Amino acid sequence: MPKFLIESLLRRARTEPAPPADETALTELGRCLDAAAHRRLGRSLAIREVDAGSCNGCELEIHALNNAIYDLERFGLKFVASPRHADVLMVTGPVTLNMREALIRTHAATPDPKWVVAVGDCAIDGGVFAGSYAIAGGVDAVVPVDLHIRGCPPSPTALLEGLIALVDKSA
Amino acid sequence: MSLRAALFDQALRVEPQKPWPRIVVDEENWARAAFGLHAGDVTLTALWGEPGRVHMALLEEATGEILVLTLDCPNGTFPSVGATHAPALRLERTVREMVGLVPEGCPDDRPWLDHSRWGLAHPLGDATPAPAEGAPYPFLPAEGPPMHQIPVGPVHAGIIEPGHFRFTANGETVVRLEERLGWVHKGIERLMIGAEIERAARIAGRVSGDSTVAHSIGFAHAVEAAAGIEPPRRAAWLRALMAEIERVANHLGDVGAVCNDAAFSVMLSQCGQLRERVLRAADTAFGHRLMMDRVVPGGVAADLADPWPVAEMVAAVRAVFPRLVTLYDTTASLQNRTVTTGRLDPALAKRWGAGGHVGRGAGRRFDSRRLPGYPPYDVLRFDVPVREEGDVDARVWIRILEIGESLKMIEQILAGLPTGPIRVEVPAGAAGAEGVAMVEAFRGDTFVWVRLDGAGRIARAHLRDASVFQWPLIEAAIAYNIVADFPLLNKSFNCSYSGHDL
Repeated sequence: MPKFLIESLLRRARTEPAPPADETALTELGRCLDAAAHRRLGRSLAIREVDAGSCNGCELEIHALNNAIYDLERFGLKFVASPRHADVLMVTGPVTLNMREALIRTHAATPDPKWVVAVGDCAIDGGVFAGSYAIAGGVDAVVPVDLHIRGCPPSPTALLEGLIALVDKSA
Repeated sequence: MSLRAALFDQALRVEPQKPWPRIVVDEENWARAAFGLHAGDVTLTALWGEPGRVHMALLEEATGEILVLTLDCPNGTFPSVGATHAPALRLERTVREMVGLVPEGCPDDRPWLDHSRWGLAHPLGDATPAPAEGAPYPFLPAEGPPMHQIPVGPVHAGIIEPGHFRFTANGETVVRLEERLGWVHKGIERLMIGAEIERAARIAGRVSGDSTVAHSIGFAHAVEAAAGIEPPRRAAWLRALMAEIERVANHLGDVGAVCNDAAFSVMLSQCGQLRERVLRAADTAFGHRLMMDRVVPGGVAADLADPWPVAEMVAAVRAVFPRLVTLYDTTASLQNRTVTTGRLDPALAKRWGAGGHVGRGAGRRFDSRRLPGYPPYDVLRFDVPVREEGDVDARVWIRILEIGESLKMIEQILAGLPTGPIRVEVPAGAAGAEGVAMVEAFRGDTFVWVRLDGAGRIARAHLRDASVFQWPLIEAAIAYNIVADFPLLNKSFNCSYSGHDL
C-alpha cells in the first residue's frame, strides 16, 4: 500500500478544469439571492441532498461530483449529513406523496438563509412520472425552489455549471 | 415428474403468454405450488395481482424454465402463499393494498408500500378514495430491559435513496432490524396501464436508474415476446454490450463505496475515477452516460459507430483495477471489517431466490444470463463466480470477479459484433397478448410481465427488481452484528429502493 499511496501523491491531480457558470442558472438565480446572505456565507455552501422519489439516476451523477475528476469541494461546496448543517437543499425526484412530509420537515430543519436546488427533469414537473396518483409533481409543488438543473439525469458537468452559478451569485 | 410438469397437467386453462406459459389453476394446485416453494422444488420469482386474479411466477432453477400460475379470485380472496413460504409475504401485502385482493391466512396484514398518503386505496384495482393523512405503522416488537431502538430514515445522512430502518439493539449488538420501504413509490405500474409502448419503455428505464439498461432489456424482451418479434442480432449484441458496461460501472462504484464505508477512502477515490472512465466511454459510444432509453422494444436506439472508446476503456480499467484488488486483498485493517461481517446464511439466499452478488456470494449459483439465458450470452464465454461465505467480503469478491468477466465479454462483443439493422418495427400485437422476460441486472435477475392491448399500448405490466428478494435478507444478515457495521453491510447488498418501491 505505501507504494500505491506515494505514487498517488506524486502524480498530477486528475481533477479537470471547472466549467463556466451556467447562463440560464445565473438568470434564474438573479432573483433570489440577497446581499446580506452573500456577506454571511461567502463562497462556502453546505449542501444536503434529499432524494424525494428519484429513480437513483440523479444520485449516481451527484455522487460523481465528489470524485477526483469533478472535485466539488474545490469550489467551497460540500455535502453534509444533516439539514441542520446545510445552506442548500438539493432535491431530486418527482416528490412522491410518501416522501412529501419528510421533504417538508427537512426543509423546515434547514436554517435560513437557505436555497433549494431541484435536480433532474422529474424534480421540475414530475418528468416521466407526471400524472401519477403517487407524486406531488415536482419540487415546486412542495417547497419553494431557487434553481432548477435539468437533465435525465443531469451530467456532473451540468450540475457543476448550476452550482458554480450559485456560489458566483452568492459570493 | 417435476412440480412444474405436474402443475401444468392440472391446468384449467392455458393463456397465450410467451415464451413461457401462464396457466390458470384451482385453489388446490395454488396451495400445492406454495408447498413446492416451501420444499424448494421451485423458486418464487414474482407474485402480483390484477382485479379478480392473482399471478405467481415459479422458476425451476435446474432448467431455467418459468411457469406463471394464475388463480381467479371471484370472492376477492386467495390462499396466502406467504403463510407457507415467507418470501411471498411482502408481495402479498402489496397485492392486498394495490389491487384489493385479500391473502387469506397471511400472517402479516400491515400495509407495505401504501403509507396512507395517496388519497386513494387499491390504485391497481378499484381505486377508491381514502384518507391521505398518513397512518402510524406498527413495528414488530423486541422486548427486554437492556434494549433500545434506533430509528433511521427515511432521509439518510449520505447521498442515497430514502428508506426507514428500525433497529432494536442490545448495547452495540443488533437484535432486530425491521425495514419500512415504499417511500419512493411512484405508481409505475399504474402509469404503465394504457401507456404507448414507447412511453412505457421510458418508464421501465427509470424503475431503477442504476439498472436502466437491464430493465429496458427486460421490458423490451417481454414486449417483443408478446408481439411475436425478435430484435435484430446486432441489437441483441449491442444490448449485451451496454448491459456489461453498466455492470462494470456499478460494480466499480460499489467496490469503492463498500471500502469507503470501512473508512478506506483511497479505494473510493480510485474506483470513482475508473467508474467515471466507464461512464464517459458509454457517453461517447451511445450518447448517454447511463445509456438511458438506448434499449427500446424492437432493438436499440443508438448504434455503436466506433468501438474504439469502449476498447480503450477496457484497457484503462485493466491497467489499474488489478492493483486495487491487490490493495483490497492485502490491507488487513480493511479485511478486518469485511470478512465475517454481515453473513448471509446460504439456506436463506436459496429460499429467497436471491440473485446477483447477494445470492452468488452465498452459494446460490443462479445467473439468468446462463439459464434461462438469452442472446448473445449463449455464444459468449464467461464464468459465473460463486462464493460460499455469504459475508461482506464475499459480495465484494463476486463484484471484483464479475468485473473481470464483464470486461472479457465486452471484448468478445466488440470482436464478434454482427452487422445489420439495429431496430425493427414493433407491431401492435394481438389484444391480450402477453410476454414475460428474465434479465440479469448488475444486482441479479429482474422479471417483467406485460400484456398488450392490441392497439400499440400496454394493458398491464408488472416489473420485479432483483432487490425485492434481497431486501428482506438484510434483516437476517445484520442480526448479531454491531450497529456500526450496518452501513457496510447495506452497501455490500446495495439494494435499490426505487426498484423495490416502483
